[in-house]
Amino acid sequence: MTTKLFGQRIRRVEDPRLLSGRGRYLDDLGHDALAVAFVRSPHAHARVLDIDVSAALEVEGLVAIFSYDDLDGKTSEPLPLLIPHPALTHGRTPYALAKDEVNHVGEAIVMVVASDRYVAEDVVGLIRVDYELLPPVVGVERARDGGALVHDDVPGNVAATMVQEVGDAAAAIDASPRRQRLQLSIERSASMPMEGKGVLARWDADDESLLVHTSTQTSTSVRQAIAAKLSLPVDRVEVVTPDVGGGFGVKIVHPWPEEILVPWASVRLNRPVKWVEDRREHFISSAHERGQLHDVTVGYGDDGRVTGLSVQFWHDNGAYTPYGLIVPIITSTQLLGPYKPTAYRVEFASLYTNTVMVTPYRGAGRPQGCFVMERVMDAIAADLGLDRALVRERNFIQPDEMPYDHGLTFQDGRPLIYDSGDFPASLSKLKQLVGWDDFAKYRERAAAEGRRVGIGLACYVEGTGVGPYEGGHIRVETDGSVVVSTGLTTQGQGHQTMLAQIVADELGVPMERVRVTTGDTRRFKYAVGTFASRTAVMSGSAVALTARKVRAKALRIASNALEAAVDDLEIVDGHVQVKGSPGSQVDLGAVAVLSNPLRYAFDEAAARATQFATPHDPDQPPVAADDEPGLEGSGFFSPTRSTFANGMHAVVVETDPDTAEVKILRYCVVHDCGTIINPMIVEGQVHGGVAQGIGGALFERMEYDESGQLLNASYMDFLMPYASEIPHIEIDHLETPSPLNPLGVKGAGEAGVIPVSAAIAAAIEDAEGVVITAMPISPSELFDLRRAREQRGEAR
Amino acid sequence: MKPAPFAYLLPSTVDEAAEMLAATGGKVLAGGQSLIPLMSMRLAAPPALVDINRVGGITDIEVGDDAVRVGALVRHAALEAHAPAYDANPLLRRALRHVAHATIRNRGTTVGSIVHADPAGEMPAVLRLLGGSVEAVSQARGRRSIDAADFFVGPLESALGEDEIAVGVVFPRPPAGSGSSWLEISRRRGDYALVGVGAVVTLDSDRNVIGAAVSLISVGATPVHVDVGHVGADSAYDDVDWSGATELVDAAISPEADIHATADYRRHLAQVLTRRALAEATADAAPRVAA
Ligand SMILES: Cc1cc2nc3c(=O)[nH]c(=O)nc-3n(C[C@H](O)[C@H](O)[C@H](O)COP(=O)(O)OP(=O)(O)OC[C@H]3O[C@@H](n4cnc5c(N)ncnc54)[C@H](O)[C@@H]3O)c2cc1C
Repeated sequence: MTTKLFGQRIRRVEDPRLLSGRGRYLDDLGHDALAVAFVRSPHAHARVLDIDVSAALEVEGLVAIFSYDDLDGKTSEPLPLLIPHPALTHGRTPYALAKDEVNHVGEAIVMVVASDRYVAEDVVGLIRVDYELLPPVVGVERARDGGALVHDDVPGNVAATMVQEVGDAAAAIDASPRRQRLQLSIERSASMPMEGKGVLARWDADDESLLVHTSTQTSTSVRQAIAAKLSLPVDRVEVVTPDVGGGFGVKIVHPWPEEILVPWASVRLNRPVKWVEDRREHFISSAHERGQLHDVTVGYGDDGRVTGLSVQFWHDNGAYTPYGLIVPIITSTQLLGPYKPTAYRVEFASLYTNTVMVTPYRGAGRPQGCFVMERVMDAIAADLGLDRALVRERNFIQPDEMPYDHGLTFQDGRPLIYDSGDFPASLSKLKQLVGWDDFAKYRERAAAEGRRVGIGLACYVEGTGVGPYEGGHIRVETDGSVVVSTGLTTQGQGHQTMLAQIVADELGVPMERVRVTTGDTRRFKYAVGTFASRTAVMSGSAVALTARKVRAKALRIASNALEAAVDDLEIVDGHVQVKGSPGSQVDLGAVAVLSNPLRYAFDEAAARATQFATPHDPDQPPVAADDEPGLEGSGFFSPTRSTFANGMHAVVVETDPDTAEVKILRYCVVHDCGTIINPMIVEGQVHGGVAQGIGGALFERMEYDESGQLLNASYMDFLMPYASEIPHIEIDHLETPSPLNPLGVKGAGEAGVIPVSAAIAAAIEDAEGVVITAMPISPSELFDLRRAREQRGEAR
Repeated sequence: MKPAPFAYLLPSTVDEAAEMLAATGGKVLAGGQSLIPLMSMRLAAPPALVDINRVGGITDIEVGDDAVRVGALVRHAALEAHAPAYDANPLLRRALRHVAHATIRNRGTTVGSIVHADPAGEMPAVLRLLGGSVEAVSQARGRRSIDAADFFVGPLESALGEDEIAVGVVFPRPPAGSGSSWLEISRRRGDYALVGVGAVVTLDSDRNVIGAAVSLISVGATPVHVDVGHVGADSAYDDVDWSGATELVDAAISPEADIHATADYRRHLAQVLTRRALAEATADAAPRVAA
């Protein structure tokens, strides 16, 4: 028997290539292309009065300068609103080049095409734009007070308001024995992939076709968008994603202005054109996330059980809303985590500000929701003097309540129903892993040495594997190799490995024979994209189902060749054989040859499929009416709704009594993503997620000043943690299979990031005895909290 | 993020380099770790770069009885790893370990970081603490030596003329019986410090304090040097009360708020680190006193 690959710690097949510098990223392509740079707005809010290019025209190497007035057809219309929602009454999207108003620092106004990027930047420096400054709206508070407007025609800066309610939360809270109100906030951060965005377009005037490479999380949808904007037939446009150096959400947004402008310029100039984003551009002209203010009222019993929860929050959506309300909707629904308040009401307003727009970043609204809910749990425990883990336990949805219907609508427009999970089991694993019950003793010992330590925990549930569908195509080549194509894209997660494991198992071939391609519309045209921790669930299931089809066909063809019944055959190590008698076998390559009746013997193997080589029924067509040549097939997977993964984190921190530095001593994770395909890859995803979570908890923020300038638009001052800031991460797994897909898997990509701010806030609060209501927190801010407490005359 | 056009010049001698500097009004390119980012962000656009990386005679670390002399092309990493330099003056390595990250130390030069005169840079403060000097060469003025006390003029501003090349710096050896310490707090390992403190404490043969000084970074326009010798004067090494030193430091510094820390917090850190660094330097000095 071939050993089963599913569930094994298989090393990632992509690593030798990527780690030895053989990756091919966007900027590795198109050395013959013209380069692009943009004049971007230096002001957060302004009217564009005049653009003067006269000083730039003599620069050697300049090819073209384009502004809004040059755009034609649909390129001159606003970019699409990707995810409309009935509550999004005032959705706004930017133009590819600013028409007459700019709404954030970094918005593109003029596109320069030149022989190389150096020249393009020289030209940018010589173009003069006159502005009339408008009052900038920065921060939720200023957006909310509505004194100044981002968009003249959006009253109160409100893009949308939305309410969801189950039960009567206000009445339940009123009737509760105990009540608390919390005001909480989370700052902005961003996906910040190491590789920024980038686009290369090649217009072939003879073929009237466009080949676009772009560093995206969705090539199929970029293709549709380019065709629509440039008024080209879709079949004249192909979009390929090369290796992508990280996405984390920002690259699911599309089409970026540059994804339209670069192809458009390539057509117009009839030259290959390339734009590669630099770091500053990424900071000021892509997307951010997280910024929210929450006002929470909770009612609960003396046992800590939440009877009513009412949350109002304000979501800073930045200058535009192309991605609709996905982030606040996720916050508002996923806030509930593993808990079941008897009644729940949530209301949010999504507000415009003159800052970079907000779209999903790994976690996508969940870290905020988790922070809020877990702060509530800790506040209840503090009020009642109960163990924080116990309060959580008392509010958990129980395993026998699965599937659990919250009575809310999730981001996919479908009911928020948890499919499976065992929260009490996860918590008990976590308590054991971190030594929760022994911590008091550790704290005492540390205190005796003059050290301050604290512990915190946080739980989350994550809807993953969002629809509508993904698909795959599998072909067995005549040499026995297997080519798998799926339409969604990969950004370093290990999809090639994970999908190959699944296909190799299903087909019975060694993994080395399986090659996986993602995100190339020339190979596979129907796909949605990589986001919402969906690849294993969606493409994993799709390729599994497809492999089963191809396997069935292989067995059917082999049964003729081996003169044995299909049921008596198995596929082992790439050979179809009669069960128990490996002497009687045919390899899959040969089956592929036989699947394709030939006239011409272009090679030796092919000769076996030519008309005089094989015995055949002269009264039947060589390819049956319901059959197709080739040992291949495609298939799709479309689940009824999302599958819900969950996890719990516990963290032990030490705070320096003098310097207020925060050190993470231990970081423990219990993670349940259903059936695990490759534990090594899942753990890698968790590690990366926790690292980003630590960034969001202790280091990263977007520091806008009042005028809307981003003060830390570089890696010098935007403090993404280094490896030296990330502790060892201890992981334990629980596997509660999902009933919603053939593999029983749930998503794992975003999980690690979600509860980190919540857990670290709890641990610092525990160590310090000051209430933490805002994250991230820096040593300087912790120092201020200590000072404030001293001034209030409170002891620690 | 591409530099504006510039001329690139590659001299092979100091004199040739000085001539090119004078002729072009350009800038010296050493390790490029500070200059190239500034140019890429177009915050600097020198008409010419005089690349000194092929210049002979400025590559050595010379450890003498009185001082460690470091040539202009000595990389941070080379000085950090240099055993005789460490033996002569452990503070050099102790501070260098906090300068950026290993990859940057492999290119960046110690002399370059001193000329760059970043008030958050470690090596300017070390030079100041040790009472060192910079050796400069220009076509107009020939060779001269500038004391550290006069060298640091303001943020990113030194007494070096625009036409001058720093060919080396001299770190004097502290007196016998001296110990040292470098402590700093940065948001991430390798970042510029929120506050950093270097301390040198000197003991006499009875292990009583006879000298002590600190230099602080990121709390003023230049490294802030404070002589605190009289605070510990004549105290036994294991019984020094350095608290008076923190008051002196507090009076000398003028920290500013930025996005990473408030001025108050920096002031607080300066005190904490001064106390810790003096204690550490005192402890370091004790075993160095000849028995
Ligand atoms: C990410 C990052 C983190 C860093 N962190 C730190 C840190 O924590 N602490 C720290 O101290 N530094 C830090 N640095 C700066 C680093 O130490 C640089 O190497 C140093 O500041 C400059 O040395 P260089 O040889 O690279 O100089 P260059 O970048 O080549 O030059 C810097 C300036 O000095 C001038 N110059 C250089 N050498 C001479 C010379 N011999 N004569 C005349 N002029 C000269 C140049 O013209 C230029 O103006 C960091 C740098 C980076 C990129």
